[in-house]
Amino acid sequence: MEELASLFHGFGVVLAPFNLVLMMVGITLGVLIGVLPGLGGANGVAILLPLTFAMPPASAIIMLSCIYWGALFGGAITSILFNIPGEPWSVATTFDGHPMAQQGRAGEALAGAFTSSFIGAFFAVVLITFLAPLIAGFALRFGPPEFFAVQFLTFCSFVGMGRGSAFKTIAAMMLGFALAAVGLDTVTGQLRMTFGTTELLRGFDFLIAVIGLFGIGEILLSMEEGLSFKGGQARLNATVVFETWKKLPRYWATFVRGALIGCWMGITPGGATPASFMSYGIAKRMSKDGAKFGKGQLEGVIAPETAAHAAGTSALLPMITLGIPGSPTAAVLLGGLLIWGLQPGPLLFVEQKDFVWGLIASMYLGNIAGLIVVLTCVPLFAAILRIPFSVIAPVIVVICAVGAFTVHNAVFDVYLMLVFGVLGYIFKKLDYPLSPLVLALVLGDMAESAFRQSMLMSGGSLSIFWSNWLVASIIALGLALLLWPVVAWLVGAVRRTQQPAAST
Amino acid sequence: MKRFLLRSGISAGVFAAVAMLAAATTPAAAWEPTRQVTIIVPAGTGGGADQMARFIQGVVSKHNLMSRPLVVINKAGAAGAEGFLEVKGNKGDPHTLIITLSNLFTTPLSSGVPFNWKDLTPVAMLALDEFVLWVNNDAPYKTAKDYLTAVKNGQPGEFKMGGTGSKQEDQIITVALEKVTGKKFTYVPYKGGGEVAVQLVGNHINSSVNNPIEAVAHWRGGKLRPLCVFDEKRMPYKDKMTETMSWNDIPTCHESGVDVDYLMLRGMFMPAGVKQEQVDYYIDLFKKVRATPEWADYMEKGAYNQSFMTGKEYRDWLEKAEKRHYELMKEAGFLAKSN
Repeated sequence: MEELASLFHGFGVVLAPFNLVLMMVGITLGVLIGVLPGLGGANGVAILLPLTFAMPPASAIIMLSCIYWGALFGGAITSILFNIPGEPWSVATTFDGHPMAQQGRAGEALAGAFTSSFIGAFFAVVLITFLAPLIAGFALRFGPPEFFAVQFLTFCSFVGMGRGSAFKTIAAMMLGFALAAVGLDTVTGQLRMTFGTTELLRGFDFLIAVIGLFGIGEILLSMEEGLSFKGGQARLNATVVFETWKKLPRYWATFVRGALIGCWMGITPGGATPASFMSYGIAKRMSKDGAKFGKGQLEGVIAPETAAHAAGTSALLPMITLGIPGSPTAAVLLGGLLIWGLQPGPLLFVEQKDFVWGLIASMYLGNIAGLIVVLTCVPLFAAILRIPFSVIAPVIVVICAVGAFTVHNAVFDVYLMLVFGVLGYIFKKLDYPLSPLVLALVLGDMAESAFRQSMLMSGGSLSIFWSNWLVASIIALGLALLLWPVVAWLVGAVRRTQQPAAST
Repeated sequence: MKRFLLRSGISAGVFAAVAMLAAATTPAAAWEPTRQVTIIVPAGTGGGADQMARFIQGVVSKHNLMSRPLVVINKAGAAGAEGFLEVKGNKGDPHTLIITLSNLFTTPLSSGVPFNWKDLTPVAMLALDEFVLWVNNDAPYKTAKDYLTAVKNGQPGEFKMGGTGSKQEDQIITVALEKVTGKKFTYVPYKGGGEVAVQLVGNHINSSVNNPIEAVAHWRGGKLRPLCVFDEKRMPYKDKMTETMSWNDIPTCHESGVDVDYLMLRGMFMPAGVKQEQVDYYIDLFKKVRATPEWADYMEKGAYNQSFMTGKEYRDWLEKAEKRHYELMKEAGFLAKSN
């Protein structure tokens, strides 16, 4: 119960009026940052970092981490309303969130997304409060083979997601891998597929591709389909939040799975984006309504949002205890710790009690405050869809362009975004799925590095992937998920042959 | 873009005329920035160079050292080539600075991307970053000699050295160590130094050459052991970091009979074609930054080598460092075909 005493001490730190104000400022800024695609949590925190210089470290981390919570909440808003993921981890939220908005259920989707974000985060914070030192050690078991295994598992849980042709899914995924390979190869230090151009040196950023494929592609489609938003005529009421809450308890299993996947991916550290994809993939397989996923299932919003927020929160744990950032934003916060003169690591819990427990307490309060802020705004957000398309579409295009520019401060990326927009439109027209492309683009690079690091370590032998129980069991789980359709089909086939035999 | 250049050309002309007038009336009004100044970081957010740039930004704004805002942006593409090429292209722009690490030398040599430090105007060396040979605290090796003897007696490739990136500073040091032992390491490249340190704590690799700041937390936590520092002199910091040791207690590699030393540049550059008075303004600015108590504290936390150089001294250092990198990388076979 020592943790509880420390936690209450932490609450004392956060509840100082100055810190409370900073918390609210942080949440509001964070939601804005989350809404703007491209200006991710990492950029937002990095820009504001020097401003926190004159503050005590505890106040500074409270404000910056609240920006992060705000961004985690805010990412869902544009995903659901306009099919534009405000943050990488809300890509999976678009799959069902946007169809829901098109059916006039934007309020329900938003309320569901925010509530599940909160539940995911809350689960992770409780975990951090009581099990931090225990779990921190677990992250140390992860070397390159284990990382590859986790990424392999993410791919496997997601394969078979695309409806329709398996060939089209594979084609989209391969295109994603090819795009991910452009730029500098970390393992050999060689440039790949840049064809001597300066612009291609930095490779294809996942965010720019996503803004183009989803945002611009969606605008192009809407233009073709009659210059209006579907779902704009839905009735609006203030009680939508409570109506949604009534539906949520029946999805308890999805919440638990999402939170577990999220915490696991945040700690190991796989990150919030893969966590949201993995959670969506697994929810689709496990749900009895799996076939309806992608057409506007509330469960398809809950799964990725719970996991993303749980991962985003638990990513701070390896940062504090080990100094390894579990996400890009955590990496910037880590830089902040050093600038404030704090040394992350196991001793932080002993030497900087105010700081650590203030941070943990701000996770509780920041998330509660964030939830209240965003939930009260749900009808407001949903009303945006009522603005005429001809007014809002140019605004969206401008926001997308600004977002694409912000990622690397490069004008070339704005053109690139437009190209991706056309590509997204063509993909939709030809009925190619976008999600495998996006998944390959975000994970391809990481998976490749981890695989090749493993190969370097083992001298080229694949046996490194079953050299210990941890990596072997993750790989086995991945293979099981990958082969599940085949296994299910085989079992079915065996039954079918047995049944006639039994009946005669 | 053309119009913009034209306009800035005119305004520069007007400015020059005004400046001349001013110079005629008042003696030597020093140059000052006329708009926002940007520090480009040719590396990702959260790394050593990024931290230093943002730290400087914080110190400058806290102590009001500049009349115009200072912003930091990251241009990390292709091991920093993106950032260097941008500064190379901004000829004559006195409002752009770039903070460099060793990729100033290694990136063009290994990737063949066309730039060289001579395409930039050197401003000041802010500090040098140290490298330390680390092993896991559970490993039996107490000195650099113990460890390298074990490497020598092992199979080629038996010992795994983790490092940041490929054909960059960490791998260059590894190759230098291989020359001493005559046995190959298996070099495993990671994306960042913090990750390497954690991999060493988790025993996934046998050793690393992490910068002090990347590994200090694990050293203090009793997980890692420093064997030697790759510098000619010991680090000067005498405050105890663990129960028994300070940075100063770590022997140099030379003391342990390993003749390898390597320091990484943390320096500032401007685009080519800027005026001396503009360079002088920033030299003066960095002198003020270095005089703050925050800077002293930051240097100690990261156990930096606090060398500060400007002008000819700095140029000579760069000249020598470039030559050294060329030789080391040529020997290791890291040069791109075009070099």
